[in-house]
Amino acid sequence: MFYREAGQFKASYQADQQIFPIIQDRVGIAIVIALAALVIPVIANEYWLKAILVPVLIFSLAAIGLNILTGYAGQLSLGSAAFMAVGAFGAYNFMLRIDGMPFLVALVLGGLAAAAVGVLFGLPSLRIKGFYLAVATLAAQFFIVWALVKFPWFSNYSSSGVITAQDIVILGYTFDGPVAKYLLTLAIVVVLALMAKNLVRTSTGRAWMAVRDMDVAAEVIGIRPMRTKLIAFAVSSFYCGVAGGLYAFTYLGTVEPEGFNLDLSFRILFMIIIGGVGSIMGSFLGAAFIVLLPIFLDNVIPHLFGNLFSASFASNLQLIVFGGLIIFFLIVEPHGLARLWQIGKEKLRLWPFPH
Amino acid sequence: MEFKKTVMLGALVAGTLAAGVAMAAEQFIGLPSYRVGAYAAGGSGIYGGWIDYMNLINERDGGVGGVKLVWEECETEYNNARGVECYERLKNKGETGNSMFSPLSTGITYSVLDKVADDKIPLVTIGYGRTDAADGRVFPWVFPLITTYWSQATTMIKYIESKEGDLKGKKIVLLYHDSAYGKEPHAVLDRMAADKGFTVEKIAVAHPGNEQQSQWLQIRQIRPDWVILWGWGVMNPTALKAAAKTGFPRTKMLGVWWSGAEEDTIPAGSAAKGFTAAGFNVAGADYPVIKDIKKVVYGKSLGNMEDESRVGSVYYNRGVVHGIIAVEAIRKAQEKYGKGKALTGEQIRWGYENLNIDDKKLAELGAAGFMPPLKTSCMDHEGSGKVKYQSWDGAKWQVVTDWIDADKQMVRGMIEESAAKYAQEKGITPRDCSKEM
Amino acid sequence: MQFFLEVLIGGLLSGVLYALVALGFVLIFKASGVFNFAQGAMVFFAALTFVGFTEVLPGWTGLAEGGAVVFWLAFVLALVSMVVLGIATEKIVLRPLVNQPPITLFMATIGLSYLVEGIAQGIWGANVRGLELGIEDVPIEYMMEHHNILISSFDLFAAALAGVLVGSLALFFQYTKVGRALRAVADDHQAALSIGIPLQHIWAIVWGVAGFVALVAGLIWGARNGVQFALTFTALKALPVLILGGFTSVPGAIVGGLIIGASEKLAEVYVGPFVGGGIESWFPYVLALLFLLVRPEGLFGERHIDRV
Repeated sequence: MFYREAGQFKASYQADQQIFPIIQDRVGIAIVIALAALVIPVIANEYWLKAILVPVLIFSLAAIGLNILTGYAGQLSLGSAAFMAVGAFGAYNFMLRIDGMPFLVALVLGGLAAAAVGVLFGLPSLRIKGFYLAVATLAAQFFIVWALVKFPWFSNYSSSGVITAQDIVILGYTFDGPVAKYLLTLAIVVVLALMAKNLVRTSTGRAWMAVRDMDVAAEVIGIRPMRTKLIAFAVSSFYCGVAGGLYAFTYLGTVEPEGFNLDLSFRILFMIIIGGVGSIMGSFLGAAFIVLLPIFLDNVIPHLFGNLFSASFASNLQLIVFGGLIIFFLIVEPHGLARLWQIGKEKLRLWPFPH
Repeated sequence: MEFKKTVMLGALVAGTLAAGVAMAAEQFIGLPSYRVGAYAAGGSGIYGGWIDYMNLINERDGGVGGVKLVWEECETEYNNARGVECYERLKNKGETGNSMFSPLSTGITYSVLDKVADDKIPLVTIGYGRTDAADGRVFPWVFPLITTYWSQATTMIKYIESKEGDLKGKKIVLLYHDSAYGKEPHAVLDRMAADKGFTVEKIAVAHPGNEQQSQWLQIRQIRPDWVILWGWGVMNPTALKAAAKTGFPRTKMLGVWWSGAEEDTIPAGSAAKGFTAAGFNVAGADYPVIKDIKKVVYGKSLGNMEDESRVGSVYYNRGVVHGIIAVEAIRKAQEKYGKGKALTGEQIRWGYENLNIDDKKLAELGAAGFMPPLKTSCMDHEGSGKVKYQSWDGAKWQVVTDWIDADKQMVRGMIEESAAKYAQEKGITPRDCSKEM
Repeated sequence: MQFFLEVLIGGLLSGVLYALVALGFVLIFKASGVFNFAQGAMVFFAALTFVGFTEVLPGWTGLAEGGAVVFWLAFVLALVSMVVLGIATEKIVLRPLVNQPPITLFMATIGLSYLVEGIAQGIWGANVRGLELGIEDVPIEYMMEHHNILISSFDLFAAALAGVLVGSLALFFQYTKVGRALRAVADDHQAALSIGIPLQHIWAIVWGVAGFVALVAGLIWGARNGVQFALTFTALKALPVLILGGFTSVPGAIVGGLIIGASEKLAEVYVGPFVGGGIESWFPYVLALLFLLVRPEGLFGERHIDRV
């Protein structure tokens, strides 16, 4: 009843080609964005803005990046965190070494640097498939972090190897408060997410999916696998790179290469698996889930069992429950949170009279 | 019956509430601890020691100046993002917000470095973190107390000098964890090598360091006089084992304070015997403060350590040092801002900046020889620069030196240089210390 | 030359230890197509359980501490724990996920690794322990004196043990009924089912064997570096071995291990100094990557033929 496409006729090609062809989606997205941009800054306190919402948005962007590669183009990667590192260190160096470099341009250039590195490490994907490729992307993960530590030029010869992000100034306005940083992150993430949503239904996106489903078949119908896969690596790494730039500039402020470790790559992979492989919205849901779950457990478990167990056991219990919930979730809903939303939509279509 | 119960329960609740109101002020300390994963051995020991000491103060002395200490742990998993979340979560808890933040992780330290100035919470990093923050003019909110990596590197050379005499022509190998942490001593050692005429060969070990065959074969080729082990975690026992395997004498190996705990030597078994490492605290349970903890805290089964045998270990005692300094900073701040009430982070920052824990004070605390005397100022947020060296005798750590002073002059120069560069980059005007009191 | 030989031999011996961890991956991948990332956590769990039992057993039973009886009793108990863990994993985690895409199974095993790490440290605590197997990790004197080449007796022992293990597993797969059934399952699940091979039994057996391999790997690595969380990182050493040798080949794991071990040590010694050292973290991966460009299915992997 609430979610019915029937009766929505498209009278022009333009109307037929919108990103969200159904009015409920359009209204829904508009409401969500309006809530996020107008209401949340008013009601959320500093803790929520700084420690929860900004990282969720940034990880959503990284998850979209990985989802493009893994979910749409079918290439498994374990090196997302390293591409984030390239974006972060890239943006920092562009800001540092070029006078008057605007922040947004530096962010995009950082993303492009990540895309270039991504293409380089994507080259083997032409020959290698599946887990062989996944393990091969670990080469990117370890090599990039090693290089960032080893060559002090990247961190401007700081003795500790960390970089401190410069102030964000756009058109003379300095983004320094939590609200300003949140809104900036939100704006960039929304724009890029909409672009991704659009991209995956263009011919490029369809080519990715064809390659994902069967690359030999795709080749037979005239899709060039090399070009398609490398574009996927480039776009994916670009998204991860921009996410890395935001991670450094609007979230942590100071980053070290070792922060972009394998564990972070795994977390991003978790986000797309839990959220839903091949779904842009799933990337947001997955990121929120993976960021919030450990924090939720850390808040709940010591209070529930604080007196029962020692502090060490309570901490380990968090890890056990985290791992257990992930397994449970994969068993119950292997297609991720996005799938739950889809089921919900089906239900809403018929509600309140399901047959 | 039911009714009666409810009334009783109500009375009980009311009673506790009233008691809560009437109760003395509480000073809140947020503990960003980590007790899982690869860093758990260090985290559980240090935070355990710290918590035990605070329990001791509460139980034995009734708190600091009548103010009870209360704390809450937040699991960071040694992860920067989790650390930031913990920082934000803890910062407004308690009566006056969080009093201090000690993440025991250089990565988290950097992630909150800018935030502490806005939130007015002292960031206390004892034996890790940003070295040039010892310049309190540029970093008023950061306290890399007792000693820094750079200071430590100078004491290592001093120690070797005391064993070898003249260092001219000697060969020293630095075997370091290939990370920002492992690169900390490079500049200092290069300078000292140029001054004293010895050579330094730097050999990197890739994280996590559980394979060191090639490095030690290289060392065998170089035939150095000494090997400085700048390791972390599994890298330490592996290095000791590999040294034994290649026949390098452990008595010629010198470790940093993150290589010098029981956790680093026990796994190496007999290969660790004779290994010497630095420490700004010593191991041992014979100090009065540890004995008090055992008697008062563990006597009432309030102890935080699951395994009581770890009380008195290097990490545990390091946690007690954290506790002592935190308590003394609060005490100092109370002298200025008044006893009997909870203080703000800003007030406690003053306490940290005016610490004066001399030998007499240490003896009163039951910690003479346990940690070095400490005196901070607006200029100097390091406060001591002294370390002791301990040797592993196969079963436990034995102190083999008195407190060794760092080459303050050289390190201070490098600190000020680096801090000035940072101030310039960030557009910070250093404080004028003559105006601080 | 003598230095080169030393590095080479040391590398080969380390390579066998990598192969030992890789073996656990191969067994499970071969039988059920699961890329079991929790293998590293299982190695850690096994070693910690063993050491934990050696600590508590004397208190429980009154046996002499450090005696052979305690050792073997702890070994048996740890083995039982590993087999139970393996079978429980198969039943609770993987069976409900049958027919899911491989990446979902892979992520489930990462979730499993958190779970296993949490349980291990939750039960036995975060203490770092030593482990003595009674073999000194010192150079063999004969080789030192006569050829001035350094070979560790412990590494030699470990390599021999790993060799025996791999050999017996290879024989087991080749000549026993269960082994043949297992190879049939590896080739084609459905065909195996249709000729009456009990798939579930075979999987349970494989997970049990993988648990046993994890225990042996855990003991040897634990004796080398101490029993601590870092044992989980041994998995990262095994991954390049896997891609080089092929995910499905037992001999591939050994040959891959030897190649990776030797080349990473030689690279660290001869190439490392020019780029600042520490290249062991990524060199094996890049090597494996380059190798894959030539042979995408690894040394002994089954050639994958795409059909439309």
